[in-house]
Amino acid sequence: MGPIVHSMKKYLTAYLLSLLLVVIAFGLIYIHISSAHEVFSHPFLRVAIIILAVIQAIIQLKFFLHLGQDQSGKTNMALIFFTLGLILIIVVGSIWIMNHLNYNMTPQQIQDYMNSQSTF
Amino acid sequence: MTDLVMFAALFATYAVLRNNSFGGPTEASTFNIYFVFAETLILLTSSFTCGLASLAAAQGNVKKTINWFSATFALGLAFLVMEITEFHRLIKTGSGPQRSAFLSSYFALVGAHGLHIAVGLLWMALTMVVVLRRGLTPKTNSQLQRLALFWHFLDIVWIFIFTVVYLMGIM
Repeated sequence: MGPIVHSMKKYLTAYLLSLLLVVIAFGLIYIHISSAHEVFSHPFLRVAIIILAVIQAIIQLKFFLHLGQDQSGKTNMALIFFTLGLILIIVVGSIWIMNHLNYNMTPQQIQDYMNSQSTF
Repeated sequence: MTDLVMFAALFATYAVLRNNSFGGPTEASTFNIYFVFAETLILLTSSFTCGLASLAAAQGNVKKTINWFSATFALGLAFLVMEITEFHRLIKTGSGPQRSAFLSSYFALVGAHGLHIAVGLLWMALTMVVVLRRGLTPKTNSQLQRLALFWHFLDIVWIFIFTVVYLMGIM
């Protein structure tokens, strides 16, 4: 392993940024659940808090785990991207398939299913 | 990396099953978000103190290293106790993993993370003993850095659990 530069400043920056991001995410949801009328739309909130989490993951990977700093940085990055690819396939694939199961039902099954649901 | 893939699979399971509450408690009624927010802050702080510990180790300061790792250990333990309290509350009120597919996947995902924390604490205690006995040699230093990586990794996983399970759950 190559030299890894530790510094107090970096840890503190990462910590404060992470705190800020998590408080923002919590704040958004808090406003959402505590106000009577809808301040933010659901899709907006969903995307917003996921983006906040991803930013935080990147910050922590960079500052806490020192990603891409040492000699083997390139190999590590390749490994990370490979893993991210796998994760994307597993998570997005599962959600996609499971949420579209009804497309794969026979007409009779769909009829049965609709009959079993309460009337709208 | 393999661990990350395992967590991804658990996340996928949870995302698929989250609405299948089978007439039992749903996400919004199950979680105590303030409690979980406190857990998040504790784990985040423990990740920070863990970073300070590896900083002290890199500087060769045994006393500081042990102190910061002890702080990390205490925070990690607090987190684990809170998580077990939460699980206990859920199971006691009839929201155990056998209640519905949603709760099964919830316990699998969050429980897997909790188990990692428990193992991490054990690992941390043993490493501290080793450092106290042998000092900060290149070997123990390398062990400490690996432990720190594991701990930071658990914090990142928790951030996603907090976002996907809890924040999106109570929306």
